[in-house]
Amino acid sequence: MNLKHLAIGVVCSLGSIPVVGLLLQQLAEAAPNDIFFGWDFYIEVVVTGLLQGVMYALVALGFVLIFKASAIFNFAQGAMVLFAALAMVGFIEMGLHWTLAFLLAAVVMIIVAILIERVVLRPMVNQEPIILFMATIGIFFVLDGLGQTIWGSNVKALDIGISQTPWFVLQGEFFPGGLRLIPTEVVAAVVGALTVTLLAVLFQYTKVGRALRAVADDHQAALSVGIPLKFIWAIVWSVAGIVGLVAGVMWGTSLGVQFSLSLIALKALPVLILGGFTSIPGAIVGGLIVGVGEQVGEVFIGPLFGGAIQDWFAYMLAMIFLLFRPQGLFGERIIERV
Amino acid sequence: MFYREAGQFKTSYAADQAIYPIRQDKIGILILFGFSLLAIPFIAPIYWLNSILIPFLIFSLAALGLNILTGYCGQLSLGTGGFMACGAFFSYKLATAMPDTNILIVFLLAGLGTALVGVLFGLPSLRIKGFYLAVATLAAQFFLIWMFNKFSWWTNHSPSGVISAPPRAVFGDIDVTSASASPEAKYVFLLLLVSFLALIAKNMVRSRIGRSWMAIRDMDIAAEIIGIRPMLAKLSAFAVSSFFIGVSGALWAFTYSGSVEALAFEINRSFEVLFMIIIGGLGAIMGSFLGAAFIVLLPIALDTIPLLLGLPLSVETVAHLRLIIFGALIIFFLIVEPHGLARLWQIGKEKLRLWPFPY
Repeated sequence: MNLKHLAIGVVCSLGSIPVVGLLLQQLAEAAPNDIFFGWDFYIEVVVTGLLQGVMYALVALGFVLIFKASAIFNFAQGAMVLFAALAMVGFIEMGLHWTLAFLLAAVVMIIVAILIERVVLRPMVNQEPIILFMATIGIFFVLDGLGQTIWGSNVKALDIGISQTPWFVLQGEFFPGGLRLIPTEVVAAVVGALTVTLLAVLFQYTKVGRALRAVADDHQAALSVGIPLKFIWAIVWSVAGIVGLVAGVMWGTSLGVQFSLSLIALKALPVLILGGFTSIPGAIVGGLIVGVGEQVGEVFIGPLFGGAIQDWFAYMLAMIFLLFRPQGLFGERIIERV
Repeated sequence: MFYREAGQFKTSYAADQAIYPIRQDKIGILILFGFSLLAIPFIAPIYWLNSILIPFLIFSLAALGLNILTGYCGQLSLGTGGFMACGAFFSYKLATAMPDTNILIVFLLAGLGTALVGVLFGLPSLRIKGFYLAVATLAAQFFLIWMFNKFSWWTNHSPSGVISAPPRAVFGDIDVTSASASPEAKYVFLLLLVSFLALIAKNMVRSRIGRSWMAIRDMDIAAEIIGIRPMLAKLSAFAVSSFFIGVSGALWAFTYSGSVEALAFEINRSFEVLFMIIIGGLGAIMGSFLGAAFIVLLPIALDTIPLLLGLPLSVETVAHLRLIIFGALIIFFLIVEPHGLARLWQIGKEKLRLWPFPY
C-alpha cells in the first residue's frame, strides 16, 4: 500500500469539500427557487454522506479482496452479504445471543467459501475473466435462492443493541439544532475502520498475509515458491465472506435484512472504479467520495433534474473520473505489452 | 453417412466464401426457414407463439446485438436493458408523432437513435477496458431507465408511466403491432425481420469491419499497430450493436408485450441477454439464437417439471428453487463448455461428418 498516494488522496478529497461548497453556494444564488444552501446544512449532508460512504466501502472491500487475489470480479459479493445477514438472523431467531450468532454466521461463510472454491473455481482455473465473472453471477443466483429457501423472504429486523434514535451533537452557534447523527452509521464507521485496520495488519504481518500478497502479485511466481494457491483462494473467499457478514450486519441493522441487500453490490461498483479494483485504501477513499458525492448531488443538484438522481449519479461521477484516470485513484498502473 | 461434403467442389471465390459452403447445411437451413415461415404459424398453438416463439425471436435479436459488441469486439457491456428501453421509447414517440409512417421506418429510426446513444456511452471505451468499462456501461443502464421513468414526455404523459403500442401494419391492413394484432401475423413479421437482420449481421462480421472488431478483441494494441483505427472500430461496434438492441427493444414493446414501462428493462434484462450470449457462445451468430432459445425455455421448463411430477411445492419455494437451479445450470454449463452451445453444435457437426465410420 502506498501511503503517500493515500495521503494525497485524502488531502485532495478533504480539500475539495469547501470548494464544492462554494460552487454550490454560487449555484444556489443563481437558481434560488430550486436549491437551498446553508453551510451548516451542507456540512450535515457531507457528514451523512461520509458515514454512508463507509457502508459502501465495507461492501466494496469484499470485491477488492477477491479481485486482488484471484483477478475475479465477484458479482456474488452482494448475495454473500445477504446470505451472511440471513444466516445471522436465522441463528438469532433460534434464541442465540447476537455475538454467538455472528460467530456461527462467520463459520457458515467459511463453509460457503470452501464450497465455492471446490465446486466452482477449481474446475475453472485458467478460464477467461469474463467466464469466471459469469460463474459468479451463477453463484449470485444460487446464494440468493438458497438463502431465501432456508430463511424465507420476509424483511427481518436485525437488532444488535444499537438505538435507532438520532443523536444531536455539537449543539452551538454553528449548528443551531445540533449535528444530526444516526447511531448505526456511526457504529458502522467505527467497525469499518476497525475492519480495515485488522485487514491491514493481517496482510502486513502474518504468514498468510504475506502469501496473500504474493498471490495477488503474481500467481505463477507464488506457485513456484510453494504457496498453496487453492488454500489461499479458500482463505480469500472466507475473508471476503466475513467482510460481507460485517457489511450485512451493518446494512441489516439500518435497513432490515431483505432481498434488496443483495443489490447493494451495484452501489459498490462505482466505489470500485473510483478507488481502483486492486486497492484496499482505494475502496475506503472511493466509498467516502461516492457517499458524499451521492448525498450532496441528491440534495443540492438533484432538484435541478427533478430529483431521485441517486441511482445513476455515482456511476456518472465514476465514469467522468475514469476518463481522466483509467485505473482509478489507487489502482495499479496499467502497463500493456504487445 | 448423410453428412458428407465429398465431391462438392468450388470453382469460384464466391462459392468458396458462401455462408453455408456445405450443400447439406444450405438445404437444411432452407428447410428450417421454410418450415418456420410456412408451417409453424398454422400448426403451433397460440400459447407457443405468444410466450415462446415471439420472445425467442426478440431476445435472439438483442443477443445478436450484444454478441457483436461483446463477442466480436470484446467490449463487455451491462447496459443492454437501457438500450432496449431506448428503442422502445424512441419508437413509441415516433409512432405516435407520425401515425402515417410505415412501422418499419419507425423501427429503423428508433434503431438509429439508439445507435447514437450507444456511441455516446461507448466513448469511455476509448480510454478504459475490461471490467472498468462494464461498470461504466452500468451508468447507461441506470441513467436511461431513470430518464424514461422520470420525464412523462416519453410516455406522452400517461399517468401510469406505461406505454401502449398503437396498432400498425407493414402492408395492407394486417396489424403486426399492439396487443390486438394476431399472434400469427406478429410471428411471421418478426421471423422475416429478425432473419433479415441476422443475415446482415452475419455478413458484417465476415467483412472488413467485422474483422477489425475481432482484431480489436484479440489484442487492441496489436490491432492498432497493423493499421486498424481503434476509435472507428470500437465506436462502430457500439453503434451497430445498439442498433440491433434498440430494434429488439422496440419489438419487445410493440409486438411482445404491447404495453410496457421503463422498469421492464431493468438491470436483470441486461444480465439475461448476457447469459444468452455466454451460454450460446461468444462470437457466434448461431450462438445468439441457441442461447436465446435456452434462456427462454429454461424458466418454462423449470415451472412445468414440478407440476408434471406432482410435487406439492408452494409458489414461493418454486420461485426460489428456480433461482438455485438457474444459477447452478449456468455454472455447470460454464464448467463443461465455456465456449457455449455454438461450440457443441460445431463438435456435433464434426462428429456427424465421420459417423458411422470414424477413422
